[in-house]
Amino acid sequence: MARRHIETLLLLAPAVILLLLCFVVPLARLFSLAFTDEAGPFATFAILAESNVYRRVMVNTFLVALAVALITVVLAWPVAYILTKLKGFWFAFALYGVLFPFWISVLVRTFSWMILLERNGPLNRFLVNLGITDKPLALLFNDTGVMIGMVHVLLPYAILPLYGAMLRIDQRLLMASDGLGAGLFDTFRRVYFPLCLPGLMGGATFVFLLSLGFFITPALLGGSNAITLSMLIASFINDRLAWSLAAAASLVLLVIVLALLAATAKVLPFGKGMYAK
Amino acid sequence: MRFAGSAKNYGAVSALKPTDLEIRDGEFMTLLGPSGSGKTTLLNLAAGYLEPSAGRIFIGERDVTDLPARQRNIGMVFQNYALFPHMSVADNVAYGLIVRRLPKPEIQRRVAAALAMVRLDDFGARRIQELSGGQQQRVALARAIVIEPDVLLMDEPLGALDKQLRRQVQLELRRLHEEHRRTTIYVTHDQEEALVLSDRVAVMRDGSIEQLGTAAELYDEPVNAFVAGFIGESNLLPAKVVSVSGVEARIDIPAFGQSATVSAAKGLKASNDARLLIRPEHVLIDREPDGLAAEITEVVYLGELTAFNLRLATGETVWGRQITDRSLKRGMSVKASWKRASARIVPKN
Repeated sequence: MARRHIETLLLLAPAVILLLLCFVVPLARLFSLAFTDEAGPFATFAILAESNVYRRVMVNTFLVALAVALITVVLAWPVAYILTKLKGFWFAFALYGVLFPFWISVLVRTFSWMILLERNGPLNRFLVNLGITDKPLALLFNDTGVMIGMVHVLLPYAILPLYGAMLRIDQRLLMASDGLGAGLFDTFRRVYFPLCLPGLMGGATFVFLLSLGFFITPALLGGSNAITLSMLIASFINDRLAWSLAAAASLVLLVIVLALLAATAKVLPFGKGMYAK
Repeated sequence: MRFAGSAKNYGAVSALKPTDLEIRDGEFMTLLGPSGSGKTTLLNLAAGYLEPSAGRIFIGERDVTDLPARQRNIGMVFQNYALFPHMSVADNVAYGLIVRRLPKPEIQRRVAAALAMVRLDDFGARRIQELSGGQQQRVALARAIVIEPDVLLMDEPLGALDKQLRRQVQLELRRLHEEHRRTTIYVTHDQEEALVLSDRVAVMRDGSIEQLGTAAELYDEPVNAFVAGFIGESNLLPAKVVSVSGVEARIDIPAFGQSATVSAAKGLKASNDARLLIRPEHVLIDREPDGLAAEITEVVYLGELTAFNLRLATGETVWGRQITDRSLKRGMSVKASWKRASARIVPKN
């Protein structure tokens, strides 16, 4: 028995050591920086909490992430549903359509959006020519631009778990609902949607978390009008060399994310096999 | 419930040939057949999960051919139960009533009654995953029955249960049917299940009904060798039909080196390739002094019955069965005979 334990440990050791050296140690080092300010161990947190600007940035970051998660999930739903209905060539075609953006650098995609969303860019010209709007809309360097760009980048992360959840739904459950006299709406509301919920929440959580830490897209599409926490952290380091502040802001973000995750897990009993077959 | 020329084709493949079938009010009808025989297709046509390629379907006087399942008022029990995994037992049972927008007190009353009927009174708050297979099966049944369906449809509902439990649930189903006399169509490939449960059985093969009748009719008067082989144990020996006169036929049995007159299946014609059906319980040992010489090659003790295998002088083997008699031993030489009055000559197909 003891021998088996030692063997297991030895087999695990390379991976564990790698993780420790490359992930845990730097992270611990980074977070420890947060408590190294000259003014006292919690001075950095006091600065973050007291400053109106930082608070607004933080709130804005969460609101944008929430909006992005909502929009992404709403857009992902029909795509995922259609994916479950397609077969053969058209399925492969649609799936690659979903995955294709992964193969293009986020930077390239974001610059493309900058061109598209410009004041005199194709999108605005199109809207003006159609007469939908008199003067070009401000689509760039604000939250709108940030959200458009982030939704585009993060859409596959919502589509794939949702598609997985939809695929796992036993068609006979829908037949059973039908046979028991339920109309299409009832079947959707009482059977289909609740069974998609784990995938939906999984995708939404994923997108939400990724949006919280997104840097390139908000930095390029939002500019100084739509500062997010990641941009703030970057500026602490790049502009002010304030490592302790950057570390503190990172830690705050992490703690809030963990708290939110714990809350979601409590509300939605994932992992308890609620929807397991 | 009535099928009039109902058929289902998938492209050029015919899953169900045009079929007429009437299930009487309050009757328990079983569709029995091997997989691919069209029994599930027929059931799905009844439920409205499939659209027929031809023919009409009636429930009572109502032509339901073009109605979707939700408008047919049927109760369906699926093979894997198809219980809603995200709902409690009570919510599963209540589902059909909730979507009918019945008042809450009535729903509660009927759900409680349905759960009591399947003896799951205290299980309402349980989650589906906490139930055993047999209990899930009963929830599925309660869910189907609680809506007072015009027809109860069951697709191999006992397929996923182990043998002992299956026995028990069979008797339970029998009891429920005796009490409520609900028109039921039951699909199975298990002949024992069919015989235990049904008022009438439709034996199916290759998309059509081979024979429709009570268990006794199917057992005693099968129309062909397929039905004879599918219902009960049987010895089917090649035989030559010399002549047919009414319900009897004169035959030659090469395996026995005998000729005999036995009852004949309806529509039997003189042919060189028919089958003589002798049920194992009609094989006799040492009862007639001029019986056929045979050797016992196997003895299987089944409790109250003992099965034995005989090898005749011609090399043919025959299974027999009798009330257990410890004197039977492997290797014994015996005089075998058969109850001619109970044997039957049937067409090969």
